[in-house]
Amino acid sequence: MLSAREAAENARRQDVRNRWLLSAPSLLIIFFAAVGPLFVMLLYSVMAKGDYGDVKLWQFSADGWFGVFFQRDIFDDTLALNDAHVAIFARSVKLSLATTLITLLLGFPTAYFIATRSERSREIWLFLITIPFWTNLLIRTYAMQEVIRNEGVINTALLKLGLISAPVQMMYTDMGILFGMAYVYLPLMVLPLYASMERLDFRLVEAGYDLYATRLKVLWRIIIPMVKPGIIAGSILVFIPSLGAYVTPRVLGGGKNMMLGNLIELQFGQGRNWPLGAAISITLMAIVMVALLFYVRNASRPGARHG
Amino acid sequence: MASHFDVKRQRGFAAVAMVCFFLLYLPIATLVVFAFNAGSSLAVWEGVSLTWFMAAWNNSAVQEAAARSFAIAVIAATIATAAATMAALATTRTEPYRGLTFKYAFINQPLMVPEIVTAVALLIVFSRIKAWTGYSGLGFIVAAHTAFCIPFAYLPIRARLENMDLTLERAAADLYATPWRAFRRVTLPLLWPGILAGFMLAFVISLDDVVITEFVKSGGQDTLPTYMLGQLRRIVTPEINAISTIFLAISVLVVTLFFFISRRKV
Amino acid sequence: MKFKLTAALAGLAMLVGAGAAHADGELNIFNWGNYTSPDMIKKFEDKYKVKVTITDYDANDTALAKVRAGGHGFDIVVPSANYMPIWIKEGLLLESRPDQMENFKNVDERWVNVDWDPGRHYSVPWQWGLTGIIVDTSVYKGDVNTSSIFLDPPAELVGKINVAPEMNDVMYATIRYVGGEWCTADKEVLKKVRDKLVEAKPKWIAMDYGVIEKFASRDFAAAYYWNGAAMRARAQNPAVKFGYPKEGFPYFMDSAAILKDAKNVENAKLFLNFIMDPENAAMISSFARYANGIKGSDKFMPADMKDAPELIVPKDLEAAGRFLKPCPPEVTDIYTKIWTEVLK
Repeated sequence: MLSAREAAENARRQDVRNRWLLSAPSLLIIFFAAVGPLFVMLLYSVMAKGDYGDVKLWQFSADGWFGVFFQRDIFDDTLALNDAHVAIFARSVKLSLATTLITLLLGFPTAYFIATRSERSREIWLFLITIPFWTNLLIRTYAMQEVIRNEGVINTALLKLGLISAPVQMMYTDMGILFGMAYVYLPLMVLPLYASMERLDFRLVEAGYDLYATRLKVLWRIIIPMVKPGIIAGSILVFIPSLGAYVTPRVLGGGKNMMLGNLIELQFGQGRNWPLGAAISITLMAIVMVALLFYVRNASRPGARHG
Repeated sequence: MASHFDVKRQRGFAAVAMVCFFLLYLPIATLVVFAFNAGSSLAVWEGVSLTWFMAAWNNSAVQEAAARSFAIAVIAATIATAAATMAALATTRTEPYRGLTFKYAFINQPLMVPEIVTAVALLIVFSRIKAWTGYSGLGFIVAAHTAFCIPFAYLPIRARLENMDLTLERAAADLYATPWRAFRRVTLPLLWPGILAGFMLAFVISLDDVVITEFVKSGGQDTLPTYMLGQLRRIVTPEINAISTIFLAISVLVVTLFFFISRRKV
Repeated sequence: MKFKLTAALAGLAMLVGAGAAHADGELNIFNWGNYTSPDMIKKFEDKYKVKVTITDYDANDTALAKVRAGGHGFDIVVPSANYMPIWIKEGLLLESRPDQMENFKNVDERWVNVDWDPGRHYSVPWQWGLTGIIVDTSVYKGDVNTSSIFLDPPAELVGKINVAPEMNDVMYATIRYVGGEWCTADKEVLKKVRDKLVEAKPKWIAMDYGVIEKFASRDFAAAYYWNGAAMRARAQNPAVKFGYPKEGFPYFMDSAAILKDAKNVENAKLFLNFIMDPENAAMISSFARYANGIKGSDKFMPADMKDAPELIVPKDLEAAGRFLKPCPPEVTDIYTKIWTEVLK
């Protein structure tokens, strides 16, 4: 009896050990080229900045973290909130929220439309959403630039139609960045929304109509609550990359309208302040983690799922 | 109720969806169309020509960057797929064991951290290693790409494995097949579509990467996307459109293949 | 099986990657974007059978940061004069003694005993020019020889101005504009400088590199930028005019130097010697449209460069231009702080 249980226990242990061995390559690669460097960066954020980039190794200093939100006045050395950084944080959050909202407003009807097609045409529509999703983000940003430029498609068309007399400035503005981000992240909203709508139980919708609910009421009271997990997933999937966006604001923002990603790059390039850059990066990561936690809590709460 | 009352319909949704598809494809279509422009303008149409494709084809910087991108994507995706397959075998079809959740979290970690953060962290670490070892080859870009490709390769493989039951493998074991033989003869063929799908995802993801490569690359290691990023701030001629169009075609091809492979049932 | 196929593919890909470097040697140049003549590079490659790779940077600080970080893999870098002392002091450059090279005799005496590299032990002249005002005269017709174009912009230009994100150039123009001297630590003056910049920045559209095409596409109507770019912009948009700010404008000279940890030192030396040849220097200039420091190169230059208004400083404005010496570190520190405040 005992030996049989022991044998089973041994086999189980052997199995777990094998499973660790099998996962070792993945874990090691990710440790070496993704997770590990984040810890090194944490270390860098508490060191003194080097004169021309890099850090002074093992000379600890809180300046990096101090600089994330505070600054000393150049002229009278008083302590003050670093309104430039605060403004960039605020702009990043604002633009990311706006991007999430726009993609939700466009993506919700689209996902619903796809989910209510016949099985066969559904796949084609879905495929059409997937294509831009897998195309290079830089190429899509560039495509957007060609559309919103002063001599781009929109302005040319509006001018020809006589609706405007001079081109509307969209490049190098927050609006341009917003358009660009909404464009590149739209598929990230549609896909999870679709996934939750695909399983939508239309008998409940039918029951709603049987009780003489209007279409709007059915949408608001039945459909939206049922696909809430999809809405949350889509919003998180759009919000997180928007917050850390680097390519889109760099190409469409003209170096003046920075977002967090560009502020981080600045510290590692022209700003020559690696500890500050590291500290901002970690702050950004913390915001993302909070957003993810929010998602996990909402997605796993019993009753949040429909059915 | 009247039989023609469609419970699924919502007013205006179809219209918004059409607008949405139009907006998704308008920029891409514009880009592709102007790649064929005879003139050098991106706004004025001057007739059809392949000039810019020829220009891109003959541009040695583009050639090299493209070859480099391709090589990196193939190598990184291959390693990532192999590692992800093993990891998927290790994390599916089992009782929960200590460390399993940790593995999930760890493997998916590259998906959760903003790319720019990983990029600067890699810049910090890799530049030190480069200075210490004196080696500054493509190995660093490949390592970085492999890491963020693993979760993408892992997803479809794991999904496939979870839908496979253990009956066949058990049968093989009962017939005294060694575990390796059982794996090669039974598990692998069944798993193959998942592996292929994972490889393709990883391949496209690696091919598309801009941010991490931009921060990790050393001199003379531009990939096609970083080359384009550099160009984009300066000279924008339809040559960039031509390069983008070819790039786009490749992505669409791979995704289409992926689409059909992942749909194929056992 | 198919694994083998994949492996074979990977191997093939490796070959493709390696095939690009079949030449006898390599040379990795790290230079400003859109600044290196492809024809000149081609000529060098053919002559010495060396494979040249060019990587762009867009700011002195970016280049410095990348090289300082280590493992960059570059052989040659082209820093501006005001940064050269940092590169030398930080021990990043190889003392390659260009002054003992064969073609050094061609270097104009004016550029031999320069502050930033006395006697040219490290670097050879690449190109020099100045930072001034570029205006699309179809948008604004007033005086262009003033920094007020970007510091107190006329109504027509508001929201259409690009300013080069170069700290020293912008700081110099602004300090002079409010009546100060370069390297001043006078807090009254610097406060005015900061306030002026903070006030002017919302009236700019961008702080970016790469203006040439943007003037052609009418995305920009004015800029504080380099004269060579102005000339190239004029080639695409004839209404473009270059102005020399009477309040003061900075000259720059970028010089090519070999990095201490270069892997291809011999090829890099060949290259330095190569660009001191008048014909090759002229190729550099006719591409980027700046003057070089090599005697006898003008006879190889295109005719339109000889009388270009962007390259000939008007007599009455000559006194306004100067080379910027590096300021003491404590002053640079304040300037950097002001600059960061503006840049955000």
